[in-house]
Amino acid sequence: MGMTVVQKILARASGLASVNVGDVVEPAVDMAMSHENTALVINQFLEIFKGTGLEPRVWDPSKIAVIFDHRVPAESAKTATNQKKVREFAGAQGIEKFHDVRGDAGGICHQVMAEEGYDRPGAVIVGADSHTTSHGALGAFAFGVGATEMASVWALGRAVNIQVPATIKVVITGRLHAAVTPKDVILHLVGLLTAEGGNFKVIEFHGDAIAGMPTSGRLVLCNMSVEAGATAGIVPADAETVRYLREEAGVTDPLDLVQPDADAVYDRVIEIDVSTLGPQIACPHTVDNVKGVAAVAGTAVHQIVIGSCTNGRLDDLEEAARRLKGRKIAKGVRMLVFPASWKIYKEAMTRGYLGDLMEAGAVIMNPGCGCCLGVHEGALGDGETALSTTNRNFHGRMGNPNSDVYLCSPAVAAASAISGVITDPRKEG
Amino acid sequence: MATVVYKVGDDVSTDAVYPGRFMATVLPSETPQFCFADDKAFNTALQQKAFAPGSVIVAGQNFGCGSSREQAASTIKGHGLVVIARGFARIFLQNSINLGLRTVICPALEAEVGDEIALAEAHVRNVTRGADFPIVPLPAARQAIIDAGGLIAYTRTRLVAARAR
Ligand code: SF4
Repeated sequence: MGMTVVQKILARASGLASVNVGDVVEPAVDMAMSHENTALVINQFLEIFKGTGLEPRVWDPSKIAVIFDHRVPAESAKTATNQKKVREFAGAQGIEKFHDVRGDAGGICHQVMAEEGYDRPGAVIVGADSHTTSHGALGAFAFGVGATEMASVWALGRAVNIQVPATIKVVITGRLHAAVTPKDVILHLVGLLTAEGGNFKVIEFHGDAIAGMPTSGRLVLCNMSVEAGATAGIVPADAETVRYLREEAGVTDPLDLVQPDADAVYDRVIEIDVSTLGPQIACPHTVDNVKGVAAVAGTAVHQIVIGSCTNGRLDDLEEAARRLKGRKIAKGVRMLVFPASWKIYKEAMTRGYLGDLMEAGAVIMNPGCGCCLGVHEGALGDGETALSTTNRNFHGRMGNPNSDVYLCSPAVAAASAISGVITDPRKEG
Repeated sequence: MATVVYKVGDDVSTDAVYPGRFMATVLPSETPQFCFADDKAFNTALQQKAFAPGSVIVAGQNFGCGSSREQAASTIKGHGLVVIARGFARIFLQNSINLGLRTVICPALEAEVGDEIALAEAHVRNVTRGADFPIVPLPAARQAIIDAGGLIAYTRTRLVAARAR
């Protein structure tokens, strides 16, 4: 019986010729990533060693990445102290893939992993963050874990008790309308599957729309696969994967472009023709509450957010800058932009995007998770509405349970910034 | 027997269980204070230790979706509560198993706040309503972690064995 990409990856990493859905395996981990929550990982890691007489050392420091992003620079003494503890630990353990608070490196963990070339096709990647699904964009099996599970990986170098997941094959065909983006595709898919339609499963992306989609767009699809509950999203590696890793991430070593077998068995197959898809929007307070933008057009917004591991990349900033250049953000609306990494920030600055956005009235924030999870800056006031290119709109997500968050593409966000109300970007210039 | 003290619907996220703004607080000894912090009434009752250990939270489908934050499991465990849900999101379920928060999957469960519940091996008995609802057992692999007393103890044993070789 044929295997899916993830079955093949898990078989290789577990030293087996093949694995079946439901088998329990213990794959060797190729990369283990965590962010500020590394403070808790360290705590649990030291607990594991307690009473063993063994010296607490991570299994392989070269396979651990620690990237500060959730609260940078620290917003409180507590966070600063946690970050200090992590910094000291990374130094003592010889963890070199450590991205501290600095402008010449770093950004949101999921973006940094891709652009630094830490993501490889065929790899098993675990991350102490639910959006670790992002890394499937480069053909890896990447899934989120909690801090204690990460501590266990640091100790053993393996993920224990992993049940081989079933895979949903999603075939995406057709050409997207100019103002319709990968964000609209994944919002549509999450709406279709619902918030738990992919729970315990992998979403494997195929189709000509994927073949023609740059890695930046594939990252959006895989990033938000978790919003359908999926363990992982994955795009089988292809020519674009190789191009991205060689040209943009500077990877020179051989790549293992794992492909699914022609007779792989899927849990279900979903086909979506995107040529007639319009801009989508996730309405409060669940990500699967997805509608066409027209359904809520005209709704007043107070804060527009462009950024995050979903839509804070160069093409997102370019789209926003193109729409806002020479225009002004509506009165009473504030627009916050936080690029996904310092590399993106610098390039957007060089190309003039940041200047154009500032001229229009946007506030450019430092790379990081910014207002995405409501812990750092950009909180909402009572009764306010945000329109955001981030990935979650749960009650209180942006720091205030008495506010509404709508999720959309950068095109919808930028068009709405000009009008001050939710706007279909196909109508705006 | 235990009492249902809280009931929530489908797709309750970890942002609701443990809001992001408290994420800098990580230690299991400190997270219980922020349990369901945005529901003031329930959080206050928890702080005042209004519920006996073993009391039950009843939930719908996909409980614990969203962020992988482990505080969402430790904060409930800290109050000694049990979660019986129609279904759980993967990462939350795994975190609960790893940390020893008792979670029960019961897809047909019907119960309201105030109902008395008895947990049997294969079913949940709603004593108040006189009805039984079957439990979906955990996969054997996950049971092994529970039997070891959580993932820390489980990994410790594995580690000692691996490094002794
Ligand atoms: S940008 Fe938001 S979703 Fe992405 S890693 Fe940061 S907090 Fe999580």
